[in-house]
Amino acid sequence: MRSNNLKAWLYLLPAIVFLGVFMVYPLVDVLIYSFEEGYNSASQTSFGLGLYNYSYVLHDPFFLQAIKNTFIIVMITVPLSTGLALLVALGLNSIKKLKELFQTIFFLPYVTNTLAVGLVFMIMFKKTPYSDGLINVMLSWFKMSPVDFIDGPYWAKIFVMCVYTIWVVLPFKILILTSALASVDEVYYKAAKIDGTSRLRIFTRITLPMISPMIFYLVITGFIGAFKAYSDEVAIFGTNLNAAGMNTIVGYVYDMLYGDSGGYPSYASAAALILFAIVFTITCINLLISRKQPV
Amino acid sequence: MKIRLEHLTKRFPNRNKKIASDVIAVNDFDFEIPDGKLIGLLGPSGCGKSTALNLICGLEVPSEGKIFFDDDDVTTIPPENRGVGMVFQSYALYPHLTVRKNIMFPLENLKGEQKLSKEKMEEKVLEAAKTVQIEELLDRRPNEMSGGQQQRVAIARALVKMPRVLLLDEPLSNLDARLRIQTREEIKRIQNATGITTIFVTHDQEEAMSISDLIVVMKAGVVNQIGKPQEVYDNPVNLFVAKFLGTPPINVYDGQIKGGKLYIGDDEILGKDYVKSVKDQDVYVGIRPEGFVLDDNLSGTKGNIKAELKAVEVMGRDTSVVFKHKASSALSRAIVTADNRINPKASEVRFNVNPKKVFVFAKEGEERLI
Repeated sequence: MRSNNLKAWLYLLPAIVFLGVFMVYPLVDVLIYSFEEGYNSASQTSFGLGLYNYSYVLHDPFFLQAIKNTFIIVMITVPLSTGLALLVALGLNSIKKLKELFQTIFFLPYVTNTLAVGLVFMIMFKKTPYSDGLINVMLSWFKMSPVDFIDGPYWAKIFVMCVYTIWVVLPFKILILTSALASVDEVYYKAAKIDGTSRLRIFTRITLPMISPMIFYLVITGFIGAFKAYSDEVAIFGTNLNAAGMNTIVGYVYDMLYGDSGGYPSYASAAALILFAIVFTITCINLLISRKQPV
Repeated sequence: MKIRLEHLTKRFPNRNKKIASDVIAVNDFDFEIPDGKLIGLLGPSGCGKSTALNLICGLEVPSEGKIFFDDDDVTTIPPENRGVGMVFQSYALYPHLTVRKNIMFPLENLKGEQKLSKEKMEEKVLEAAKTVQIEELLDRRPNEMSGGQQQRVAIARALVKMPRVLLLDEPLSNLDARLRIQTREEIKRIQNATGITTIFVTHDQEEAMSISDLIVVMKAGVVNQIGKPQEVYDNPVNLFVAKFLGTPPINVYDGQIKGGKLYIGDDEILGKDYVKSVKDQDVYVGIRPEGFVLDDNLSGTKGNIKAELKAVEVMGRDTSVVFKHKASSALSRAIVTADNRINPKASEVRFNVNPKKVFVFAKEGEERLI
């Protein structure tokens, strides 16, 4: 019995060591940092434990702006991208000819390099000395005044950000939803057809409930992913997100650690834990809703 | 509701694109199904039975021919307007809905003047549930029920709109043996109680024989024979039908008509009176297992059929005698009453035959000769 236990631990050892060093220890460390007031990373000393870091972060206008940006992006992009993906998937499912071709086209953004995508968006939106950007050219056709999407008003920047985010997350969602739709047994549709069910009712009463687990999966992972947004913002607005007013929570954490105003692991840790609390709460709410089966 | 099929044909393009010809799933169906009867559409897998059913319910559009319900031509009418109820092989119960909601589903689709009040719907659901005796299961979900119960729910859902025709696609194939016998009686009872013309598809001849008023035997898209089960069994039109009906299956031998007598191998099995108007030729001879009469020197006589005894299987009511005859490459099986005492160690067994259980088929085309 004892030797068996030893053996078991031996087998577990590699995983435990790596998880311990690279996962558990940093997590605990972040928790400790976030409560250590006036921590100095050079001397590895602090004044003591307390909630000052949280209070500082929560009163920092940059952090509040980051929270606002993140929430706006999450609330707009998650429902929109899921809904759009569902529409595209339904469309793909209902066509017969060229289905594979369209599937490939819709999946392309997923395998496209982020920098290339960033470049495309720049061509579309950025004002340069030579061009106003493709979108502004199109706006001018309708006699609308050009908008500076990258350095202009807040709503324009959020608009670009949301378009970009939706575009980037769409392919994966389409992929998941097309396979979910394809997995619904044809016989249900036949049965519904014999009973004279309208197309809308087939969708709301049969298709939607049957793929709802996949939709919930996409919403939950979508929320988590969108709350962790950072690199997409950098791709469009550059590294100085605070100056652009487009920072996100993760961006704030990064800035606090390594940015120009960085070197504050305690503030970064506190911000990270606040993000964790937000994501955790939202995920719990999502799970609670998904448990309630629609009847 | 009487159903009349007129030259009904359904072709599908061949899956193998190199073959230009179409696959004919249903070939020139031309018969009438009488009102209020239970009809078994019987045939081996892939013979087009389900396609025929789909044509009748409207899920498939025929390539040629017409379908009439009484005197209404429904050929081009979509399924929802034909007044058909269908039970699928896998039942197709909506897993996320309770039994009650499942049965109510077709009623909720009704629009305009047909629209029912909530109370009326509940009433109809309860009525349908009572017909199939599942009224105490109404609040369960499909996955909380046994296969047999799900089957009943599917039938209730098909019945709730009071269809003119009830169609069942392989209704029993997903059930275990015991439940299958129970459920087929149940289907018969429900059909009797409602009086709705019912067509069911099966590849199991026993299933079809046991409950159908009329069976339609199909092979490769072609109707071979239509008739009451016993009539078809007693009077098969060709070798296929003879082979397809009956368990254990009919024994088939290479035989010969010579000088008005019927032979299998060298054994003369039926004498001059039997063969009258058929000229001498090689034939297939089919003998039902119950057509063998054991005649083994017990009373001094000996049967004309000499065969090598392989095994004697006691089944209680009957005894099954397995033997090998030279005129057939397969083992033969005879069912005799348990009163017959057979020495299982004997090497030879002797039979006579009951002429009514002997069928003669042409070598060419396998049509019935006698």
